[in-house]
Amino acid sequence: MERTGIDLLIHSLPELGKGVVQTVLISLYTIIFSLAGGIMFGALRTSRLWWLRFLTRSYLELFRSIPILVWLFFFFFGLPIFFGINVPAFTSAVLVLSLWGISEIGEVVRGALQSLPKGQTEAGKSIGLNTFQLFRYVLLPQAVRRMIPPTISVFTRIIMTSSLTVLVGVTEMIKSGQQVIERNYTYGHAAIIIYGALFVFYFLICYPLSAYSRRLERRWTQ
Amino acid sequence: MTEALVKLQNLKKAFDKHTVLNGINLEVAKGEVVVILGPSGCGKSTLLRCINGLEIVQGGNIIFQGKDITSDKKSWQQVRQSIGMVFQSYHLFPHMTVMENILLGPLKVQKRSKAEATADAERLLDRVGLLSKKDAYPRQLSGGQQQRIAIVRALCMYPEVMLFDEVTAALDPEMVKEVLDVMLDLAKQGMTMLIVTHEMNFARAVADRIIFMDQGEIREMASPDEFFTNPQSERAQQFLNQFFEVETGKGRDGK
Repeated sequence: MERTGIDLLIHSLPELGKGVVQTVLISLYTIIFSLAGGIMFGALRTSRLWWLRFLTRSYLELFRSIPILVWLFFFFFGLPIFFGINVPAFTSAVLVLSLWGISEIGEVVRGALQSLPKGQTEAGKSIGLNTFQLFRYVLLPQAVRRMIPPTISVFTRIIMTSSLTVLVGVTEMIKSGQQVIERNYTYGHAAIIIYGALFVFYFLICYPLSAYSRRLERRWTQ
Repeated sequence: MTEALVKLQNLKKAFDKHTVLNGINLEVAKGEVVVILGPSGCGKSTLLRCINGLEIVQGGNIIFQGKDITSDKKSWQQVRQSIGMVFQSYHLFPHMTVMENILLGPLKVQKRSKAEATADAERLLDRVGLLSKKDAYPRQLSGGQQQRIAIVRALCMYPEVMLFDEVTAALDPEMVKEVLDVMLDLAKQGMTMLIVTHEMNFARAVADRIIFMDQGEIREMASPDEFFTNPQSERAQQFLNQFFEVETGKGRDGK
């Protein structure tokens, strides 16, 4: 077993595990906030009021055209400097990823809503539904099916993008791996072994999600 | 005539610069069946959609039960419960069963009890001969069946007036009759109805009054007998002749 790398892996598993937990937690919070916010954001994007469309569009463009890393730096380093507000690394990570996730899932929701026939809205209105009821009972349930595959792909992107938060000091998977590597610099090929393990970990987290989305898609297209 | 249930005063509607309704005046009394005829693009569908608030008008007034509802968004939601609308392509909610489709309005909008509304829905379904389909999904039904369900969905709200927008235009010929029969039955029971259709024989049978529209204006308003035997305007004559020619052309007896 000596020097095959397995001993190193077993030895550092608890520490890597902590990193995995952080990655999963950041992603989980982000996914919950993005989903809740994204559904509202997507519904607002279909509004007939021009100023609402303008505001939501501006928000979307801000997150599309400025890298997430820049937002991360802005919240973590910028807010304390400019406004004297201290945001802990974990919080700013979830915050930035959620703001981005809301814009991404919002677009998925908007697309799904707009792909529904206009007659559905008219039929709903004509039996006296208000706007909320129209979304709740008529439009969203139909949009959900079209939403799920692209939404899950946003989820996997959120998980992968959470690795950026290492740059503001969150000890997630990558960071915990780096720490292990640094401590075992005498161990040959430590970097290859640990990064290899992280590679597998990311795959194990993301693959079930996309497999599940494919299964749903198959079931619903039957 | 008693006091008008629906009253339109100088109604104007344009899409961009294209005028669709150019000053429509119309009064519909309670219990009256008005059939609107006219060539396509004459604005008859738009007229119905304005009465239900699906289109925003640029001028004139819509008065329903003595109340001006033209530009009041809040009251539209209220008013729509009393104005049933049936569309050309049914627009049933595909993710709901027949029963759920029918009960959505009564339960969520009118907050009626489930037992009472269900009993009501079953009675209406029975009347259109589709009680056995109450747990089916729309995609499992034929077009004619879906359209009858759509009528029941509107009826279950106890509307004061029903609007029918070319409800048989998307149906296979053999399904047209089953839908028209339901409408005839409704008319006999005293429902106030505004109907846009291309079924001339049906129009003649069901209407108390025929309205002929062309280019966004009402050109003629007459009893069905008068309109079909002796149309006043040349445009209406042309319009009727087209139907007449097609029917005789097929070798039917055109009478």
